[in-house]
Amino acid sequence: MQHCIIRFIIFCFCLIATTVWGAVPLNMPVGVTPISQDVYDLHMAGFYVCCVIGIIVFGVLIYSLVKYRKSKGAKAAHFHEHLGIEIIWTTIPFLILVGLAIPATLVLAKIHNTSESALTIKVTGYQWKWKYEYLDQGIRFFSTLTTSLDQINGKMPKNEWYLLEVDNPMVVPVNTKVNLLITADDVIHSWWVPDLGIKQDAIPGYINENWIFVTQPGVYRGQCGELCGANHAFMPIVVKAVPQEEFNQWVISNRNMAPISLAPMKESELLALGKTEYEKNCAMCHQNTGLGLPPTFPPLKKSRVTTGPVNADVSFVLTGVPGTAMQAFADQLDDRTLAAIITYTRQSWGNDEINKRHNQPTVVQPLDVENARQSNKK
Amino acid sequence: MSETLAHQHEAHDDHHHGPEHGIKRWLFTTNHKDIGTLYLFFSFIMLFIGGAMALIIRVELFEPGRVIINPEFFNQMTTMHGLIMVFGVIMPAMAGLANWLIPMMIGAPDMALPRLNNWSFWLLPFAFALLFSTMFMSGPGLAFGWTFYAPLSTTYGPPSTDFFIFSIHMMGASSIMAALNIVVTIFNMRAPGMTWFKLPMFVWSWLVTGFLLLAVMPVLAGCVTMMLMDRHFHTSFFSAAGGGDPLLFQHVFWFFGHPEVYILILPGFGVISDIIPTFSRKPLFGYRFMVYATIIIAILGFIVWMHHMFTTGAPIAAQLYFMYATMLIAVPTGIKVFNWVATIYKGSLTFETPMLFALGFLFMFTIGGFSGLMLGLVPADYQYRDSYFVVAHFHYVLVSGSLFAIIAAVYFWLPKWTGHMYSETIGQIHFWLSVIGMNLTFFPMHFIGLAGMPRRIPDYPLQFTDFNQIATVGSFIFGIAQLFFLYIILKSCFTKSKQHLPDKVWEGAHGLEWTIPTPAPYHTFETAPIIK
Repeated sequence: MQHCIIRFIIFCFCLIATTVWGAVPLNMPVGVTPISQDVYDLHMAGFYVCCVIGIIVFGVLIYSLVKYRKSKGAKAAHFHEHLGIEIIWTTIPFLILVGLAIPATLVLAKIHNTSESALTIKVTGYQWKWKYEYLDQGIRFFSTLTTSLDQINGKMPKNEWYLLEVDNPMVVPVNTKVNLLITADDVIHSWWVPDLGIKQDAIPGYINENWIFVTQPGVYRGQCGELCGANHAFMPIVVKAVPQEEFNQWVISNRNMAPISLAPMKESELLALGKTEYEKNCAMCHQNTGLGLPPTFPPLKKSRVTTGPVNADVSFVLTGVPGTAMQAFADQLDDRTLAAIITYTRQSWGNDEINKRHNQPTVVQPLDVENARQSNKK
Repeated sequence: MSETLAHQHEAHDDHHHGPEHGIKRWLFTTNHKDIGTLYLFFSFIMLFIGGAMALIIRVELFEPGRVIINPEFFNQMTTMHGLIMVFGVIMPAMAGLANWLIPMMIGAPDMALPRLNNWSFWLLPFAFALLFSTMFMSGPGLAFGWTFYAPLSTTYGPPSTDFFIFSIHMMGASSIMAALNIVVTIFNMRAPGMTWFKLPMFVWSWLVTGFLLLAVMPVLAGCVTMMLMDRHFHTSFFSAAGGGDPLLFQHVFWFFGHPEVYILILPGFGVISDIIPTFSRKPLFGYRFMVYATIIIAILGFIVWMHHMFTTGAPIAAQLYFMYATMLIAVPTGIKVFNWVATIYKGSLTFETPMLFALGFLFMFTIGGFSGLMLGLVPADYQYRDSYFVVAHFHYVLVSGSLFAIIAAVYFWLPKWTGHMYSETIGQIHFWLSVIGMNLTFFPMHFIGLAGMPRRIPDYPLQFTDFNQIATVGSFIFGIAQLFFLYIILKSCFTKSKQHLPDKVWEGAHGLEWTIPTPAPYHTFETAPIIK
């Protein structure tokens, strides 16, 4: 009987081992930067030290639990003090800790050496997206989750990179020391990519410095590491490491972006663009249905803003509501995109009927947004 | 440590001092046993509420995608779960144990300040009513985690945050009064001959914990007061825009928060140090070193708070100092574990339920200690911080640490309190289901944390699915196990027992509480016992 149980346990263990071990990551990734490899080694050293101590302590404990049972006739000894052994088990762990502290100190000193970087990128956390600014190259963009709400809500099959995909990844050259200046615009976020061995809090009002040196081309993914509100799970980080020439190409093609045209757009054009951009930038809070998630995220369907005066609507989106997740989109989106989104929200979910009834315009052109921008500046 | 020479039963004036009847007994009581019972029942109810929230969290995390609740409500659940478990379960349960046991252990008739004692308990139901009310407020409820970092809880906090602040103030006042009472009792009410080094470890641990509470609860009060000022009176303690500093919040919070974790665990150490010798039938090994280790842990607890903030951009000097200080705590904690093992070594062991929970504590708290040591290494901490590895770590020390110690204590002293022996079979079922459930829930979290899953997320990438599903199954096993505990407690409290238990319920038990009749009479030690 006992034999059967043991064989069954071994069988179960093998089953789990073969199915789970192979497919699922169990340990910290070794990563692709010198720091991530040092951190991995330190982690494993700490782990093995704990294993050895664990085997000794649990070994003695289990031995005692088996050997000294009253039911087996064990008689209790009466010793209850021994100065020598207390000194021994104070000293030995202390020495082990010193042994661990030394490599930890060395790695830490390496992490803090931010000098001699070839490229500087400013990373800013927003509720709930990241902004990357290549300070010397003049490139600046936002990076937003592209996983659709339908996937999150189970109406569509989930991608391989579910919740780990963005529209604009941060691009860095390989074998280059890249300095990161990390900050936040609203609440505290944390920029964490396990494969790069870096986690640095993004704190409003602070600029934290850290660096990466990616040795292998590839795409590395991480997530925000500090609770930052309702959509904390939905602001992933994607870093694309490419060879230097490819990076140079990328810089050239992204630096000289043509100025945004303010020419009037067709209504159908506005609506089509508006729908895509709304789903990317707005739907995580206000939902595809326009119903929002009250009370935190108010509905846009029949709201006072989307069915009110058009100027108020535009400047509301441009300036946001301080102290809430409704951000000032003036710096985040261009005039065409904003015009498209506002047009889309003024026409969707029955808002168009209300607007028509009250003779409120339902189409906003890029020029309207630009004018609102200018008057806000005054 | 302590043996009674003589204890006189003076029952002649008992009829004057019996408990009142009905609800008035509980509302107006100044009896340490009644107040202890109130604390323990309060904590027990909170355990089920906080546990239910944990199960909601685990259901949502059963698979990727939205399962039952939206992200906002998920954050409310994690926030409330944390606050309830820390302030509503572990702390009141420890205070309840202190109320019941400390007077009986030191030979005192009651706590030193009985009316204060009543007040410190009765603040809690109102504090928690206020806390729960936030979930039904028209602005959203609290969704910033139990650590309520600024500016998420200040500039971005919902209106209900103000109710939370007042609720924390009330809990803090309650804790300060309870701690004050316990410290004063231990200093002044010890029976003649009960010298410091005869005190049971539980009393020692609570003495140290009492000082910790007195030192840090005012810091928490200051922290939430600064939040209130920032929110309503145009100060900028935590806002960089006004010249303040969001990191100041974390410094103040963790200056409270780190001693707080020792507040949660030290009385548990005391419980374990009393239970293991009883069922090993052997005195505690290295009693004096255990006392010193407790005091050293408490002192070191004040100077390591920044190890919760290694990724905030601290300068290297600060990181190194806090890393070394943190690692140093492993030494006195190690001494405790080694001494417990040495107590068991060459004992005469039996495995009643309290001993099982104490052994569960010993094994799993040590695992939590190991992950704690790993978290202390700053470079590795960059990867562990705010991942499920941390979640696994603090649940190993809080669930299989503090909570197991409380459960062990309840099983150990329940016969003395109620005069009813619990069913050993059900106790063992409770233990084994709890151990299996607890490990299934929290052990896989080490793996998903190392693989990169952040904590406090309602939805996760696909590669974390398997372990999350195991964790969810485990959490339900753990939850169901506690129903056995509920049954045992209700049965013990409400059966009019015909059992006649000896004064010394456990063969190997030592201490004054085992010299009084079972169940413990309403008033004990009206005449102080004399300790040899």
